[in-house]
Amino acid sequence: MAHAHSNPEATAGTDAPAPHPQAARIRIAIVLALLMLALIAPLGVYPIFLMKLLCFALFAAAFNLLLGYTGLLSFGHAAFFGGSAYFTAHAAKVWGFTPELAILTGVIGAAGLGLVIGLIALRRQGIYFTMITLALAQMFYFFCLQAGFTHGEDGIQSVPRGHLFGLIDLSHTLTMYYFVLAVFLIGILVIWRFVNSPFGMILKSIRENENRAISLGYSVTRYKLGAFVMSAALAGLAGGMKALVFQFATLTDVTWQMSGEVVLMTLLGGIGTLLGPVFGAGLIVTLQNYLATSNFPVTIITGLVFMVCVLLFRRGLVGEFYASRLGRRLGFNPEN
Amino acid sequence: MTNTVSPSGEARIVLSARDLGKDFAGFTAVNNVNLDVRHAQIHALIGPNGAGKTTVFNLLTKFHQPTRGKITLLGNDITQMKPDRVARMGLVRSFQISAVFPHLTVLENVRVALQRPNNLATQFWLPLKALDRLNGRAEALIDDLGLTRYRDSRAADLSYGRKRVLEIATTLALEPEVLLLDEPMAGMGHEDVHMVAGIIRDVAQSRAVLMVEHNLSVVADICHQVTVLQRGEIIAQGDYATVSQDARVRTAYMGTEG
Repeated sequence: MAHAHSNPEATAGTDAPAPHPQAARIRIAIVLALLMLALIAPLGVYPIFLMKLLCFALFAAAFNLLLGYTGLLSFGHAAFFGGSAYFTAHAAKVWGFTPELAILTGVIGAAGLGLVIGLIALRRQGIYFTMITLALAQMFYFFCLQAGFTHGEDGIQSVPRGHLFGLIDLSHTLTMYYFVLAVFLIGILVIWRFVNSPFGMILKSIRENENRAISLGYSVTRYKLGAFVMSAALAGLAGGMKALVFQFATLTDVTWQMSGEVVLMTLLGGIGTLLGPVFGAGLIVTLQNYLATSNFPVTIITGLVFMVCVLLFRRGLVGEFYASRLGRRLGFNPEN
Repeated sequence: MTNTVSPSGEARIVLSARDLGKDFAGFTAVNNVNLDVRHAQIHALIGPNGAGKTTVFNLLTKFHQPTRGKITLLGNDITQMKPDRVARMGLVRSFQISAVFPHLTVLENVRVALQRPNNLATQFWLPLKALDRLNGRAEALIDDLGLTRYRDSRAADLSYGRKRVLEIATTLALEPEVLLLDEPMAGMGHEDVHMVAGIIRDVAQSRAVLMVEHNLSVVADICHQVTVLQRGEIIAQGDYATVSQDARVRTAYMGTEG
């Protein structure tokens, strides 16, 4: 990341530097190094913190599917994240579901919620779309506050992690970590496939020129709805996992502040890049974690970091790296 | 000119508008427009700036909802339909400002148009490679329109004229019955105008073309029918020779040029 913002001029020029002959291999090496890091990280870092990071990273990546790849700014994604946490916790604790089925319940619940909210909000565009997602998510927040199964202010506590497929005991922290890592990687792969698919190509064309896509016969609202539901489902995957990690589903996860936080993470890391939201989430979660014990208010620090980033690196940290000379030499595409 | 003007009534009508009108907050942009576009003919829509040509286009393609009147496409009443539905029925338009997907390559631009008719638009689980089976058809169109060299260039990097050609290639990928071109030659150099005029003439052998155009020599050269709009109303209609002799047209629009 040291080179991320070393050469702002390189991004302005249209003449892209020739890609390094080994660019593809280096990219694979970077991905493998990150993967290795994720595998050995719990040896040096507190696993619960790492799991929290992975949950938020997946949440931000799911959000980015909508903001970065579809061009829709939702301000109600907490409903899917926190909603799924409630559904998962309820399924695991009250219905006694195994963890994978509990999470699946959460994902389906989040997708259903996404379908309803998407159908209503996508009737409008731009800021109106955003405001409708916020309003509906707030309605869901008050539902969660009042509904019996969420236990209001108390939340759903001591949720059992259970046995994966009825076999593997997830109460061991390390086992849980590798389970979360596996789900995270599957989630990222799903997003990657979704973006680089025939459907993703249509999404891209809608983002580039919506009227042209309509004139080619695409019912753009349906494609946007597809992306919205997929994003909600993946945000639900992240939320369900978080409920099992902390064995707790709370109102915090459905507040509008949570919707705002995921916007922050995504912008900070770089919208429209696969790894941007992961790094953005990592940065915010780390900051929150280290500042939680100090007396200094976390929100002021994250706000400052955000302001600096928006002013200096408008593409976000990873986005600026991709656009830098080094990033281009390695064949990263800042526009993808 | 190899295409002789068929006497009206011979070729079938594919797109027609009856008493079409559009008001914007009390201002009447288009009024009483009656239009018949026929198969295998090039129909020009001309008129001074602000005459309502683009509004007529937006009404016909349903990007705007008409206040009055009726639109028929291939015998179906499309007055209440949505624009994407109309496009799927075979009425495809271009835009005044060149409408390409700038960050997609030329090949990808054409393929986007081919994806839906080939049922390759909704698969979110397939790799992009799945689209390679559209390459043959896309490349044929790219070759036909002389863009072979630019197959892998990003559309944003093409010259203005080539962007318009790419737009036509993309539109043709849908094999539309009716093609609506909004100023396809605006801002082009002489060479490009000639090339695009040739392309449009070829295209119109098997489909109807309705185009807004300012270049009257092109209109005289390739168009079978001309409709002249002024202040949202039709003031003359017929072949170019007839229209250009019309006194109202001469004073209102053509001035000394006629």
